[in-house]
Amino acid sequence: MGPRAGGGPDPGHAATRRQLDLAEVRGQPDAKRALEIAAAGGHNLLMVGPPGAGKTMLARRMPGILPPPSFSEALDITRVHSVAGLGGGALATERPFRSPHHTISPQGLVGGGARPRPGEVTLAHRGVLFLDELPEFSRPALEALRQPLEDGRVDIVRGQQSVSFPARAVLVAACNPCPCGKAASACRCGELDRARYQRRLSGPLLDRIDMVCQVSAPPAAQLVDGRNPAAESSSGVRRRVIAARAAQAARLEGQTAACNGEMDTATARRHVRVGKGSRRRLIRSLESGALSGRGHDRVLRLARTIADLGGRERVVEADLDEALGYRLVSPELVAV
Amino acid sequence: MTGGGGAGSPGQVEGSACEHCLRRGMLIGLLAARIADELGSARRNPSAVLALDDERLVAALAGADKRHEAQRFLATFEAAEAEARVLAAGATAVCRHSIFYPTRLLQLPDPPAVLFTKGQVERGFATLARGSAVALVGSRQASPYALDMARELGHGLAAAGITVVSGLALGVDASSHVGALEASGFPVAVLGAGPDVVYPRANVRLHERIEAKGLLISELPPGQRPFRWSFPARNRIMAGLCEATIVVEAAEGSGSLITTDFAQDLGRVVGAVPGPGGWARARGSNALLRSGAAVITRTEDVLDELSGIGVRRKVHDEEDDEGSPAEGGGSEHAVLDALTSGGGVDAACQATGLGAAEVRALLARMEDSGCLHRDVLGGYARGSP
Repeated sequence: MGPRAGGGPDPGHAATRRQLDLAEVRGQPDAKRALEIAAAGGHNLLMVGPPGAGKTMLARRMPGILPPPSFSEALDITRVHSVAGLGGGALATERPFRSPHHTISPQGLVGGGARPRPGEVTLAHRGVLFLDELPEFSRPALEALRQPLEDGRVDIVRGQQSVSFPARAVLVAACNPCPCGKAASACRCGELDRARYQRRLSGPLLDRIDMVCQVSAPPAAQLVDGRNPAAESSSGVRRRVIAARAAQAARLEGQTAACNGEMDTATARRHVRVGKGSRRRLIRSLESGALSGRGHDRVLRLARTIADLGGRERVVEADLDEALGYRLVSPELVAV
Repeated sequence: MTGGGGAGSPGQVEGSACEHCLRRGMLIGLLAARIADELGSARRNPSAVLALDDERLVAALAGADKRHEAQRFLATFEAAEAEARVLAAGATAVCRHSIFYPTRLLQLPDPPAVLFTKGQVERGFATLARGSAVALVGSRQASPYALDMARELGHGLAAAGITVVSGLALGVDASSHVGALEASGFPVAVLGAGPDVVYPRANVRLHERIEAKGLLISELPPGQRPFRWSFPARNRIMAGLCEATIVVEAAEGSGSLITTDFAQDLGRVVGAVPGPGGWARARGSNALLRSGAAVITRTEDVLDELSGIGVRRKVHDEEDDEGSPAEGGGSEHAVLDALTSGGGVDAACQATGLGAAEVRALLARMEDSGCLHRDVLGGYARGSP
């Protein structure tokens, strides 16, 4: 069983911890930008980088750049956590950050048991679910996660009765670029090892991932020097995220989706208008097979968020380009 | 020694293997498994065994039961029947007494009696007889950098009219063949299995393409599966066929180094592509450089080794430029440099001074124009997949 019973201190509950700031992370411009976009639009993100590059460090700072929970969201979070016996009953002021270990069972992840209890994805409701070492999670666990991420809720059926738990969380996942996880200079993984490792990821969960970014180990000199030039604080990023979310809320008023990441195909196509040049570009990518139908919707939603962050009512070509830059290519066999 | 099929007339390769040689070729196929047992740990160099004549080979290898079978085979051998078998597999046998047999190969201490071939056989042997040939070899588990280099050298050499020879293994071999095919060159693959046996299976498409556009060569008869010894044996043929052997990337103890040993023994040119210092998987190729192999960083380096510095140049330079990054400011070059030197998007940001958003957008445009591609985990590499 995943959730810890009783009211003891829980490492997953953010309210008990000091606020983590993005300014403490050196370098990593790509990952920081990706985190900002993911937070602004509620997009699921995969971070790829060698061990020790700072993937967990970055992910832990995600709640701090998401907008603070609204009153009703805070109630949601508190309700879920009190069902699980967490949080001590006080009203939550922070979004949860859950990072279950990769040995977790499917029940631990999505909930279950004789007396149904919420799983990690529910405990992360309105917050962040972080899956470190994504390929190490069992396939059944990843499969189980698929539906909750799609629907925003978990339905558990037990004999006569069924229980429904909320599960609307942003997924942040992390993995190594290759099986050995060593730096490029020490890596001896071949094409095939890498392809095998990547294929293991492909099926169940990659099609829930909206964007992929790189996390590179910062140069040693940067670690030794105390300086951290021009790193923006979480509060600055959060301001832009809040503005982008407000633009989405206004656009999506009366829809079931609250942010771009939750838009379904029809909503996305109605609300994301692209210019002529961008349209041609999308058609070309679709025709060449570089983009799948599902990938197309994802790129549209992402481009919409990027435009929202830039304060643009229309998606311009640069927004689309950037969105395409984060997209996942579909896995295929090693080409020879 | 011109029994059986007899040496063919020029322009007519069919059946240009004499009875004695054909029997030898088939005998090797018959005893292939025994050779594997016999060589055991000495499988790296099968020359000592392959240099034995038929009777001694049988005596050395076959146990009581197998010896009987082998002796009966030698006594009752029917050239016509063997020829029919070769023909049925769509293959052609060429023996060392044929005028088609590559003369360079005869310098080996143990040249294969027969080459079993498939593909553009006539054109293939004419090409090997007339022109220069270079072997591109390297590890199967190669780095993306090595794969890029193999493809680039394969392309460049083929464009310069040089026959690119490799072993149709995964990794460097496959990329070398692909490069040669892309330049509309004439690819030659020397196999460790019979010429009609696809090994490894993953290379099935490449096998077909080479059969259609080039030449497949093997010492083993059609239908014969590969053995551990047949790869080093194959390597001696590659070294023998070529004026130069270039190692693109090899770890210590790699099979590619067997090929360069053969090339060195024959007094042929040996070169290597330098790998990053400290890379375990480039330790073998870097060691070759330290011991005096030619430093190969581009096609021209190979041409200089073959014909003297600056004598020959790549012919299709214009074509090479086509796939290069679109015009537009030089940021593309900085981005490409950052990526090819092993950095990621962050390194590209640093190199160009652009923000992450701009670099991502630029990468997407470069990917669209075909000068970059991406793997499942979002890692970038040069060229199209």
